[in-house]
Amino acid sequence: MTATRDVAARDRAHELVQLWDGRPGPLGSLLGRVTPVDQVGIEERAGSLMRRSIKRESKLWALDLAIRMTDLTTLEGKDTPGKIRALCAKGIHPDPSDATVPSVAAICCYPSLVPEAKEALRGSTVKVASVATGFPSGQTFLAVKLAETREAVAAGADEIDMVIDRGAFLSGDYLTVFDEIVQVREACGEAHLKVILETGELETYDNVRKASLLAMLAGADFVKTSTGKVQPAATIPVTLVMMLAVRDFHAQTGRAVGIKPAGAIRTAKEAIQYLVVLYETLGPAWMTPGRFRFGASTLLNDILMQIRKERSGRYSGADYFTID
Amino acid sequence: MGDQRAIEKARRVGRGGDLPASWGLGEGQAIPWEYASAPEARDIVEVRSRYGLFVGGKEIAPRSGEWFTTIDPSTEEPLAEIARANAADVDHAVGVARRAFKREWGQLPGAERSKYLFRIARILQERSREFAVLETLNSGKPIKESRDVDVPLSAAHFWYYAGWADKLEYAFPGRVARPLGVAAQVIPWNFPLLMLAWKIAPALAAGNTVVLKPASSTPLTALLFADVCRQADLPPGVVNIVTGPGEIGMALVRHPDVDKVAFTGSTAVGKLIGKAVAGTDKAVTLELGGKAANIVFDDAPLDQAIEGIVNGIFFNQGEVCCAGSRLFVQESIAEPLVAKLKDRLSTLRVGDPLDKNTDVGAINNAAQLAKIEELVEAGVAEGAEIFQPACELPERGFFFRPTLFTGVAQSHRIAQEEIFGPVLSVLTFRTPEEAVEKANNTPYGLSAGVWTDKGSRIFAIVKRMRAGVVWANTFNRFDPTSPFGGYKESGFGREGGMHGMHAYVRLEDR
Repeated sequence: MTATRDVAARDRAHELVQLWDGRPGPLGSLLGRVTPVDQVGIEERAGSLMRRSIKRESKLWALDLAIRMTDLTTLEGKDTPGKIRALCAKGIHPDPSDATVPSVAAICCYPSLVPEAKEALRGSTVKVASVATGFPSGQTFLAVKLAETREAVAAGADEIDMVIDRGAFLSGDYLTVFDEIVQVREACGEAHLKVILETGELETYDNVRKASLLAMLAGADFVKTSTGKVQPAATIPVTLVMMLAVRDFHAQTGRAVGIKPAGAIRTAKEAIQYLVVLYETLGPAWMTPGRFRFGASTLLNDILMQIRKERSGRYSGADYFTID
Repeated sequence: MGDQRAIEKARRVGRGGDLPASWGLGEGQAIPWEYASAPEARDIVEVRSRYGLFVGGKEIAPRSGEWFTTIDPSTEEPLAEIARANAADVDHAVGVARRAFKREWGQLPGAERSKYLFRIARILQERSREFAVLETLNSGKPIKESRDVDVPLSAAHFWYYAGWADKLEYAFPGRVARPLGVAAQVIPWNFPLLMLAWKIAPALAAGNTVVLKPASSTPLTALLFADVCRQADLPPGVVNIVTGPGEIGMALVRHPDVDKVAFTGSTAVGKLIGKAVAGTDKAVTLELGGKAANIVFDDAPLDQAIEGIVNGIFFNQGEVCCAGSRLFVQESIAEPLVAKLKDRLSTLRVGDPLDKNTDVGAINNAAQLAKIEELVEAGVAEGAEIFQPACELPERGFFFRPTLFTGVAQSHRIAQEEIFGPVLSVLTFRTPEEAVEKANNTPYGLSAGVWTDKGSRIFAIVKRMRAGVVWANTFNRFDPTSPFGGYKESGFGREGGMHGMHAYVRLEDR
């Protein structure tokens, strides 16, 4: 008798939590109690970390790591199998004149091009990451989002980059956002799930912190800043906010989640700055492609240029590096 | 956590300069990333072997015939020989300042004084890098602080007061502002150039001439500033720099022909100066010590509060009069906050101040280091729990690890006495009322910090804090427009803004 009563009590408690947890109200929601982020403070901290001076061997180490952390990306309406094949070749051997330059972490593309990418990357260490769930806006039906996810995984995607429902989030319907992520995670199966928050639309650091925690609670393997289709895309302060959320989540639950800033990262200098912020916030355990990625395209060549300069002492012009 | 062999390999490869091949960093292999040293170049600034006194626009030998050595506290290496002034030198300097005031500077229209000050500001800004490097060499503070805070703020004070020099008739409505005459200024070693700027800029803008005595351990940027005065063609005798030990400062403030005394330093010396000028008609301002409370409420932005706490007590190695040396944390978040604080302390980089990546530099002098050590030992003896990160300190130089004491009570020495070092005492509170009472329960009253997301609480606390400066969700923010100074034993008078100008003028009715 007691056991049934306990279960019933627990169920009722869950019901109660569901009732007020989904939306803010007089009792607030669970997410209403997330600690705030001070804008001036976070931007100052990011600024001071960005002024670290990384030289010589520590710089080369970071540049090498940055390549191994790159998700080389193409997300255009005019993408074709030819474009994908070229990008994959670039991702495997970024610098034809230098065999020591490592491969990137993954190629990131639209779902329809996953089969082509999978074929082109066969035999390499490079993964296939596919966007899904009505990327970039996410403004479509849940059934469509889930079907897209399943199809992309079936076609061979190792990783899925989904977008959250920003409309639901900004109107306070956190439960919908949460449920969607849970279901997409289920649909991913063995594939890893990255959850794109679209920080440019969330606007405030408080929202970014809340959305990060929501995504992690729902089972995200990675939290990602942006689709790259909205400005501002990734910035260092916003990424730092997400790293701090990841750190708190890890301290509380023991689960390690990865971070992926994406969009508007064009220079090796910025990439190194991101790595410094990562290192001084989350420590050596996060300095790996398993827990950090750059979503970028033009970044790769700037890194190659810097590596060549560090080793030869001279800058080479843009013609000495392939576009793809 | 990490594979020890892999770490050693990483270090060897790193130093060898080879491009480290992908060594398959995966889960569980946490290899520390060693930043290569990134020293700022020393040779940007010329440090001469010997510096005389700067009096009447010229470098002169001290009448005492004596010299003393100034060192780099991070290596204990000597930097230069400095003139040791005696009472006769002080008398001479005051006389020169008096004549310059009577014959020239005191007669000059404000617009002309303005031009000199703008020129000084510009030259100071152009020679920023030299000043930053020299300041770091002589004081032990990290180059990123001298470069990003001390030097820019110093220039900013000159820019700001230059703008007031020609507008004094509008500064105090209905009153005429006249200069006081000769100002005797004695400054400390924690912000040598910045304290010089805080003193000289308003003094000159108002039409006074000055005799300034820098701290005996940090004379070099003041002497480089003398070169800027020469470069700016400042009329001789308007600024005079007299170097020497503490007694010379006392001789200077006691000098009968001085009209104004401005002192920044310890409360103990401030009291001596107060006694020395009592009964005279010298105008006095004293900016003394502090034991600031940094109050963190449970709704504070936690990680940013951590940054503010760290900045509050480890900026300039805690050698700051307004340092947030008492942390009051609401008991409900004390445990997670202290845990985060300890983690954050472990990421502080302590070492060569000239390295651009250094966060915490050297203590300025051996005497101060001894005082910090004594008080820290007292803290341990009193029963507070000590925490220090396990960072390697350089073999030579006056270094002290960032230190945290938990379980501190108000009645402990470490919660009452100004340590003037990188030592934080953590206390807890339950309600806002208790926080304010305990924060005010000190003879000092220079500064305080409040961390909360609730705007109405910020206003409520600020109104009740007996501190000259209260920072909300930030710390150590300075601006030439903003008056800075204390209540109670932290001194009286303000520097910066119109209040700072007021200290250097005599107001008469129109």
